[in-house]
Amino acid sequence: MAVRIIYFAWVREKIGRPEESIELPAHVRTVADLISYLKSCGAEYQNAFQRDDLVRVAVDQIHVKPTTEIVDAREVAFFPPVTGG
Amino acid sequence: MAVRIDTVDFNIANEIKKLTANRSDIGAIVTFTGTVRGATKSGPLASMTLEHYPGMTERELSTIELEAKKRWPLTECAIVHRVGTLLPGENIVLVITASTHRHAAFEAAEFLMDYLKTRAPFWKKETLRDGTAAWVDAREVDETAIARWQTT
Repeated sequence: MAVRIIYFAWVREKIGRPEESIELPAHVRTVADLISYLKSCGAEYQNAFQRDDLVRVAVDQIHVKPTTEIVDAREVAFFPPVTGG
Repeated sequence: MAVRIDTVDFNIANEIKKLTANRSDIGAIVTFTGTVRGATKSGPLASMTLEHYPGMTERELSTIELEAKKRWPLTECAIVHRVGTLLPGENIVLVITASTHRHAAFEAAEFLMDYLKTRAPFWKKETLRDGTAAWVDAREVDETAIARWQTT
């Protein structure tokens, strides 16, 4: 299953691209699993998720926790805490 | 209810007119405008660049408006938020609330801003006059501000 992964702000800058499509391995079932998997994919991900407590996530454009399942997700976004207003 | 993301500036009077056109059931209108400060902790600001998550931003802001309408008897409300590069003194965000009486309008405007600041997917990057640029960190006081709406 391919999922669209989108990055914003410094997460995007550290990873070096705004988005990508990733084929999820079967063992990746939650947001936390996805972060662990991405960290194993290269230095840029390790850098971006070094302090994963600072990275927020949305699944299909809804704020979620790391324990959220992503098995049926179309879009997962990673970003820093928001700073609008 | 209305939500708009825009790269160009807004005109507060025009935005109010859009909400109040052809109606006489409004007795109170509150507006909040957020603008770009020229001074930062690290030095004088050259510009601020805002990015957002198209799609999710509109969805979050609409949800926030619905929540405000559930809590207060609002006749209308609107949120306009700019993205792109802004200079010191420029407008960033506009919140308008309209109700028959002022208390609902005042409280709902504060509520909308507190929720927007902690939920809407916008990110600010500051470029200082010395050329350095850095992403703005989220502030803990914004999380504290939202907590009061959850306990009442």
